[in-house]
Amino acid sequence: MAKITLNINKKDYPLDADPQMPLLWAIRDLAGLKGTKYGCGVAQCGACVVHLDGEAVRSCVTKVSRAAGKKVVTIEGLSETNSHPVQKAWQEIDVPQCGYCHSGQIMSAAVLLREKPNPTNQDIDDAMAGNICRCGTYLRIREAIHTAAELQKKAGTKG
Amino acid sequence: MKLFVPKKAATVLSIFIFIVAVGASAFRNDAPVKQITFSTINRDSVESVQAFEIVYKTLMSPRCMNCHPAGDVPLQGDDSHLHAMGPKRGLDGKGVYAMKCSNCHQETNIAGLHMPPGNPEWHLPPAAMKMVFQGKSAHELAKQLVDKKQNGNKDIKKLIEHADDGLVLAGWDPGEGRTLPPVTHAEFKKAWITWLQSGAYAPKK
Repeated sequence: MAKITLNINKKDYPLDADPQMPLLWAIRDLAGLKGTKYGCGVAQCGACVVHLDGEAVRSCVTKVSRAAGKKVVTIEGLSETNSHPVQKAWQEIDVPQCGYCHSGQIMSAAVLLREKPNPTNQDIDDAMAGNICRCGTYLRIREAIHTAAELQKKAGTKG
Repeated sequence: MKLFVPKKAATVLSIFIFIVAVGASAFRNDAPVKQITFSTINRDSVESVQAFEIVYKTLMSPRCMNCHPAGDVPLQGDDSHLHAMGPKRGLDGKGVYAMKCSNCHQETNIAGLHMPPGNPEWHLPPAAMKMVFQGKSAHELAKQLVDKKQNGNKDIKKLIEHADDGLVLAGWDPGEGRTLPPVTHAEFKKAWITWLQSGAYAPKK
């Protein structure tokens, strides 16, 4: 065990954790932020995606030690009022069915829109291929990302 | 125009150059530089091609070829199937958007069967120089490997050094559930250097 401070959603969390612990465990069980989900545990489904210094890492295979000194953003911290263009589009299109995978979907989509503000369908496929949805909401996800791109353009924001 | 130098003068000049060279080397206080240049290559097409057989079967093994695919999606597994999720190369070879290599591949291997292997530099060759191994004959690959326009602008010295590159070495530490290349890294490195130093000859096929 070691003393590790994680900065999650702009707040410091002094934790007592094994440096080898998956970041997901620290986020959920030690910091108490339950929005990020455990899906497969082997970096195959994308349910656990969080931002680590802006990149959409899979927290189930990312060790806590990698996150020390970096900025972690989870679904709870993507915006303060659920007003991120992707969150608003998700609500507008009513994307989720069971919803389990959608914090990961939204976090991946947010990175896509930051790097490619006007994505094509191919860009969306390339960015989102690692986020699996067992309910099959892929068509609504695609529509929502296009909607989010429009909202982002209107708001003059980026990611 | 024909240059004419008397034989006696040429002999005297040669001896003078030799004495100066030997004298100068005696005052060197550093170890001899083992820099490989074309002038020191001991060309031997038979030895070179034999060494390349080992090089080729190593580079075409999944541990090397999987990150040198013909397309823009890396390969995976001992059967070199397309990587699950279809991550794309991207301009720099490090993936695109939310699908960057290091989003899953950590700095070290993750413990467990078939878990993502890791390396701090995990990436494919960049889009501008794809360095494709998949589908290449021994002849084609040998030619490509020594072509600076296709090998990342590496000269013979840099090619030799590349045998100890971190990602090359990672091929021999692939994580659980993956077979190793067909020879040890030491055997590969020996064959690689032999191939290069004996002229980097390409097999006929």
